Amino acid sequence: MPALLTLSAISKTFANGTVALGPMDLSIQEGEFVSLVGPSGCGKSTALRLIAGLIAPTGGTVQFPQGRPETGFVFQEPTLMPWADALANAMRLKGVAASEAEDRAAAALKRVGLSDFLHAYPRALSGGMKMRVSIARALAAGPKLLLMDEPFAALDEFTRQALNDDLLALWAEDKLTVTFVTHSVFESAYLSTRVVMVTPRPGRIAAVIDQHPPVPRDASFRLTPEFSAYAGHISNALKQAMEGAH
Amino acid sequence: MNTVLKIAIPVGLGIAVIAAWQWAVTALAISPIVLPGPDAIARAFVSDFANLSAALWTTLRITIVAFVLAVVGGVALAVLFSQSRIIETALFPYAVILQVTPVVAIAPIVTIWVGYDNINAVLLILAWIVAFFPILANTTLGLRSADHNLIDLFRLYGASRWQILWKLRFPSALPYLLSAMKVSGGLALIGVVVAEFAAGTGTATGLAWLITLATRNLHMATAFAALVLLSILGIVIFFVLSALEWALLHRWHESAIARER
Repeated sequence: MPALLTLSAISKTFANGTVALGPMDLSIQEGEFVSLVGPSGCGKSTALRLIAGLIAPTGGTVQFPQGRPETGFVFQEPTLMPWADALANAMRLKGVAASEAEDRAAAALKRVGLSDFLHAYPRALSGGMKMRVSIARALAAGPKLLLMDEPFAALDEFTRQALNDDLLALWAEDKLTVTFVTHSVFESAYLSTRVVMVTPRPGRIAAVIDQHPPVPRDASFRLTPEFSAYAGHISNALKQAMEGAH
Repeated sequence: MNTVLKIAIPVGLGIAVIAAWQWAVTALAISPIVLPGPDAIARAFVSDFANLSAALWTTLRITIVAFVLAVVGGVALAVLFSQSRIIETALFPYAVILQVTPVVAIAPIVTIWVGYDNINAVLLILAWIVAFFPILANTTLGLRSADHNLIDLFRLYGASRWQILWKLRFPSALPYLLSAMKVSGGLALIGVVVAEFAAGTGTATGLAWLITLATRNLHMATAFAALVLLSILGIVIFFVLSALEWALLHRWHESAIARER
């Protein structure tokens, strides 16, 4: 089965001379939940933006063997339009008629548990709820590939764990392929089928850790020896990646 | 402070000042040529009602037209700037030059060009020059202040340039535009008045000319009445634009949100 996306020797140097990333090779299969883990400023976000096509690589290529999939993007900040209610924020702009876009947005908001808040403005929503709107917006696009850039980093631990579980449910239901950037060892241990360790600038792959967590899983998984082992592996790999950089 | 006090205190002060003024004019027997009392000004409103209302209408009309054209021109140019850095680089310095050159200095030249027989057009042009720059500068800034991540998202989800402008950049710029409109509304009025003084001719028939005429003839009460009308006009413009701002922003913008303390 061909990969959903393949990064070949991809690198990015910004105009100011900063070498942010690469070269990096990475292939992601359909249905995977891949976490890019590394310290802040290691080019993880740059990799995500390259995959989304928001920026162009300096070297190497981003390929989609099965064609560019419908892609959803979730930023660390909820990035909502303050003048629009939740429904309008989650609506798609293109490809569908307005009424259909509204139905889809409403359905997506329902899936993230916000059916009672369709007409709430962002300022009336909590941080977690805003992030849910942001995720609903990505879902409303009907994505095959979901790119998430430290989406839960600014949330409190309770909200974060709830959203982790919701995200896993959505991933399983929609058979999504998720590429998830985080600097949290535990989050990546809980969520991923594969963890890709990225070194500090320039971002290179230091280690790849395959995981086979049970599906579905819930918070009790965090108490298992299996989870501890995953977290231990990731933690060690992170330490080595950091030391290798110095 | 509760709402009643917020209104009662300044109104009370106003009444006290007017009463003191009236008392001073009477008690010290101040000549009405130097300072007319409030009663004389009130009488001037009645006796000169026809002249005052005609002049008010002239000033109001030109102010509104100049203001509307300033908003239309300023926003249109700002949109152009937001779409093309080259156009902005080429034109912005000239917009600044137009802004920093005192309108009083331009007035005689514009008057000669456009002609004394088209004095209302002269006033319109001068008021427009004064009023349009805040709209241009603020709207340009607002259009550029749209969240870059949102712009990326719009692009990712296939939005056209037009959709990004209309659905993202324009709402982002709206608070900036409305704020600039409050400044420009007042400036348009000032522009008309200054231009009328600067043009200095009897073919202009607004409140400023009425003041010129009244002071020349030592009809100070009429001059004060015209001045009061100008102040009221400025206040009304400010409140109308503030109400517009509130109507458009109160549902979402931080500036319009009341907080419990």
